[in-house]
Amino acid sequence: MNSPEYLFSIRNLSFSYRSTRVLENINIELHRGKFYGLIGGNGSGKSTLLELLMATLQPDSGTLYYKGQALHLYSRQELASSLALVPQHFSMDFEYSVSDVVLMGRHPHIPRFSSPASHDFEAVDIAMATMDISHLKNRPVIALSGGELQRVVMARALAQETEVLILDEATSNLDIQHTISIMKVIRQRVLDKGLTVIAAIHDLNLAAAFCDNCLVLKEKNIYANAPVKDIFTPELLREVFSVDAQIEHSTKSGHPKIQFTYQ
Amino acid sequence: MTTAKPLFIIFLLSIILCAAIIAATGMGFLKITPLEVIEILWLKLLGQQSSSINPTFPFVVMEVRLPRILTSALVGGGLAVAGAVFQAILLNPLADPYTLGISSGAAFGASLAIILSIFGIMIPPWLSIPVFAFIGAMATLIGVFSLASTDNRLSSNTLILSGVIIAAILSAGIGFIKYLADEQVSIIIFWLMGSFVGRTWMDVSTTALVVIPGLVFTLYFARDLNIMALGERTANTLGVDSSRVKKTLLVCASLITAICVSVSGIIGFVGLIIPHLLRMILGPDNRILLPACFLGGATLLLGADTITRAWLPSEIPIGVLTSLIGGPFFCYIFRKKQLALTS
Repeated sequence: MNSPEYLFSIRNLSFSYRSTRVLENINIELHRGKFYGLIGGNGSGKSTLLELLMATLQPDSGTLYYKGQALHLYSRQELASSLALVPQHFSMDFEYSVSDVVLMGRHPHIPRFSSPASHDFEAVDIAMATMDISHLKNRPVIALSGGELQRVVMARALAQETEVLILDEATSNLDIQHTISIMKVIRQRVLDKGLTVIAAIHDLNLAAAFCDNCLVLKEKNIYANAPVKDIFTPELLREVFSVDAQIEHSTKSGHPKIQFTYQ
Repeated sequence: MTTAKPLFIIFLLSIILCAAIIAATGMGFLKITPLEVIEILWLKLLGQQSSSINPTFPFVVMEVRLPRILTSALVGGGLAVAGAVFQAILLNPLADPYTLGISSGAAFGASLAIILSIFGIMIPPWLSIPVFAFIGAMATLIGVFSLASTDNRLSSNTLILSGVIIAAILSAGIGFIKYLADEQVSIIIFWLMGSFVGRTWMDVSTTALVVIPGLVFTLYFARDLNIMALGERTANTLGVDSSRVKKTLLVCASLITAICVSVSGIIGFVGLIIPHLLRMILGPDNRILLPACFLGGATLLLGADTITRAWLPSEIPIGVLTSLIGGPFFCYIFRKKQLALTS
């Protein structure tokens, strides 16, 4: 049941902050090469689940398996070469240039006391080109706008060249144009290179448009784990988010569109 | 992160430091030319006596000036490195070696040693003051850590706040000791303002024994420090054990600070200005910045000490001098940087 065919498999996972239980008895399997959306209300434990997946938090009980091996048996270095995180907030008080910050994504690939090799710089250049920030390369990060900064952070994660990309509401501070363009780039990576993405997303329409599957968190537990067309139903939205909505299934893309009822 | 230019600057700073040491050794009441200084050092190394040089010069160089000069250089370098490390760990470019209240701890320890000797209870003050200062600094560090570590993560804000609280309590304690010292309060005040007068080879070696290994140790973690500028959470996902690096380097930088303060008193602004200035020139990469800070800090404090020792008509306390020059200078670069950011 912990076979390596699953990228992640999570068994009886529970986690608490101090005495507050945040996640209770979670069991899920995640496959390779898919774009997973993680949705749920505020405080439903999305970020916590992502941190547990990245082993930056340790569960109280239960086990996470990554490629069939318990996550805590991997070294930090191995995990850093396999999993990359794009956080929601990013700020920096030191005047590193954009290319320096993107190069930091190569950290797990460069041995201590070695200098970056040519393929490291290549990966950095490609990542910057993908995120359309090559022209900012020598600018200090503290002089960038929020949207530019978020693309730098995204490029840093891409330069890490991992099999899994974890996004913690990575686009929630961006305008709609940049949000769509970043999501498109990531979607393309999933299709072309078999990248696996696990993204906590607040904007349900965004999740519906780009994800293959969605994990829904409700009351410390996984309420549903299914393809997007099965997730976005008026019943589920009422049950999980307490909102009324109509769902329109666009015939062209197969992705659902959600029309919320505001009055 | 090209390597050619920064290495050249490190090389240049090393040359400047060596030149400054030799030039400073020659300055003072007895003028000794740089060539004579080099000859004295060279002959000392070979264990020979010189025939052509004034026989008092080797004594002045080896026993009077060099210990003081090397101590001031090591303290300057140590404070600058500690400052750079504190800034990188606390993610705050305005942090300095005294942010966590270590100077107050050392000052409290030293004041205690002085007041005890005034009351006649103590062993010789030249020994007890640095020892008490060091113990005071370390006790403060432990106090700040235990106050800040409500969770395992030791957040920067909690650390800084804990430092401020403990420093405030210690300042009150120092005030009380000064009050008790009554007419002899000047001994305490004078120690607090910092001085390198009468330093011996003993001071040089104890300082070097902490500062040099400390520098090597922090250099080992320089790249992790760079990554930690991304924030603790992201750094963890890049394979850096942030909380471990943070704890070990905080202890290391605090040890460096403690030994510097206990050997020389409280010398302000070196640990703030040098990292700042060099970061503006060299960029924030700690692999280059840390050794550059050591060399730059050493040169600056040695220069300042030479000014008060050899140039000024009467010695003023070195801590006062660095703050008087450093303060306004810091205002200038701070202002300039703010203007550059907004334009």
